[in-house]
Amino acid sequence: MRVAENLNAALHGLLDDDPTAYVLGEDVLDPYGGAFKITKGLSTRFPDRVITTPISEGALTGVAAGLALTGNTAVAEIMFGDFAALAFDQLCNFAAKSVSMYGSRLPLRMIVRCPTGGGRGYGPTHSQSLQKHFIGMPGLALYEMSPFHDNREVFAAMVERGEPCLFFEDKILYTRPMGQADPLFTVRRDGELAVVDPALPEPAARPDCVIVAPGGTAHRALGAMRSLLLEEEISCRLLVPSRLYPLEVGALLPYLGEVVLVAEESTAGGTWGGEVAHLVHQRAWDRLRGPVRLVHSAASVIPTAAHLEREVLITESAIHRAVREALRD
Amino acid sequence: MTETLVPALDPATGRPGLSRLSDDDLELLLLIRHFELKLLQLYGRGELNGTTHTCLGQEYVPVALRTLLGPADFVFSNHRGHGHYLARFGDAHGLLAEIMGREGAVCGGVGGSQHIHRDRYLSTGVQGESLPVAAGVALHLRRTDPGALACVYIGDGTWGEGAVYEALNLAALWRLPLLVVVENNGIAQSTPTAAQMAGTVAGRAAAFGVDHHLVVSGDVNEIRAGLEPLVARVREGRPLAAEFVTHRLGPHSKGDDTRPPEAVRAAAENDWYARYAQDHPEHFHRFDGPARALVEGVADEVAARPPSRWSPCA
Ligand SMILES: Cc1ncc(C[n+]2csc(CCOP(=O)(O)OP(=O)(O)O)c2C)c(N)n1
Ligand SMILES: [Mg+2]
Repeated sequence: MRVAENLNAALHGLLDDDPTAYVLGEDVLDPYGGAFKITKGLSTRFPDRVITTPISEGALTGVAAGLALTGNTAVAEIMFGDFAALAFDQLCNFAAKSVSMYGSRLPLRMIVRCPTGGGRGYGPTHSQSLQKHFIGMPGLALYEMSPFHDNREVFAAMVERGEPCLFFEDKILYTRPMGQADPLFTVRRDGELAVVDPALPEPAARPDCVIVAPGGTAHRALGAMRSLLLEEEISCRLLVPSRLYPLEVGALLPYLGEVVLVAEESTAGGTWGGEVAHLVHQRAWDRLRGPVRLVHSAASVIPTAAHLEREVLITESAIHRAVREALRD
Repeated sequence: MTETLVPALDPATGRPGLSRLSDDDLELLLLIRHFELKLLQLYGRGELNGTTHTCLGQEYVPVALRTLLGPADFVFSNHRGHGHYLARFGDAHGLLAEIMGREGAVCGGVGGSQHIHRDRYLSTGVQGESLPVAAGVALHLRRTDPGALACVYIGDGTWGEGAVYEALNLAALWRLPLLVVVENNGIAQSTPTAAQMAGTVAGRAAAFGVDHHLVVSGDVNEIRAGLEPLVARVREGRPLAAEFVTHRLGPHSKGDDTRPPEAVRAAAENDWYARYAQDHPEHFHRFDGPARALVEGVADEVAARPPSRWSPCA
């Protein structure tokens, strides 16, 4: 099953199971079914609870908050995650604040879906990974879609949290399969953490390098892990958390080794990886051979032309190189 | 003494006198007035933290709306919200405790003057932000609580925010039971409306096909009579912008009034408090002293309470 189908099924499931659940966004109705077709079939089955909105990201996010405030479960789609910038006030000053600024906890079941990232030639304003701009807001949790996490489960976790959640969906994943088919690796789950190790008959007690990556970057990390293993006999472990913020760093600790690297698509500066590195340093500094390495896209706008876009965005080979460098030091 | 509902002309100003209020309305108006005056006094003495925005001169707006709104209705208030809160709950203790950070505060002292949530009442301090949220609430109410509405108070200056228009569009498009109460006091902080608004509130409402009702009167009974049928229509899904031409008597927050003296004087001349005292002296004086005393008592009692307690929960 492709990731997009799994995500679509998760939305069907949510609307099926929760009679207070709403899905709203721009162009989400059938037969169009959303710019990325993720809401296909929803409005046909649940015409009252799937709502198409004007091009008003601020307002549609506010409406979602209003629905959540009155006890509903609201899922808002931002057509391109870049436009979450237009909903920043609703997210930061209303939804996230309301959870706690009225003195006692006010649960809000609210998910804002953000199709994210580049690699599809959409250009500088339709290709960004804005996760980093939302990190560190009390009352706002960040999740990222991954091929190793069933979306229905992730949605349940976000709803269960009772606070606004941003769900980042790397657009590149939509057409990729769930799970991973490479026989070189095996995936297991430890709570919300996906752990991917080389499928060796006698796996090394400790991998040479541990790569922490959000769902959207995971397949690039896996590609690098494959070439490192086959070409250089370097064994890596990949850790993919479902929730990026607040990050449960304790869950990562048992899986870390001496060399740790964070790979993500964000452009340079103030990245999620910086936050991960800080948390890991606090808890495991004396176990590390050196500081946590950060791999990300360049400090640049994301160009449209494919050859230029490739120069800016994080690639499999950049991760490969970074691992080699980390091990050389 | 004869009192009529039809206001008589005041010989001094040539404008209609104020009609006689019910005891409840008068008590509430005076409670809000003395509450706000007390706050300014407490600030002056350095007994309050942060800032506050009083609704001096505008008290009659939420008082007029009080009987038009029911417990199923959701009210969204703004930075100038003490009158809105008191008109809904009459709870001067809880509000003052919230503002002073004392035990018994409505929101534990976390929200303060401009961030209050209680039952179906919520205020927040970012201009315009509550309109889309209110649209969402109105959508919910229309489906689950037919006949209930969402009421949002905003000022004239808040019409500079795009969120207002996104929400008006939704309200008209989705036929939401949304009542936008505009307290047009002619000024936003230090900026006169004429210096920040092109066109009019009426014109802007009309652009979305949203009904607009202009209230120039300060007479609670008259305002209600005019609004009642319109509010009933809101409940059926016909959104309304009810614009009150009103007057801010005091500073924007505290000690920050840069208006020319004529402007302050003009506001004072429109003050319902002095007008009602003149038009209905017996009624006014029967309630004014007690309201002042009541607020004095509330302030003394609340000030003596221990600090509110809260632990960060997010
Ligand atoms: C988004 C935003 N910008 C600026 C402010 C600061 N501010 C608080 S009240 C106010 C004036 C509001 O004017 P108006 O809407 O006319 O309401 P009034 O104060 O007159 O009741 C301003 C600029 C704010 N709270 N929110
Ligand atoms: Mg104003």
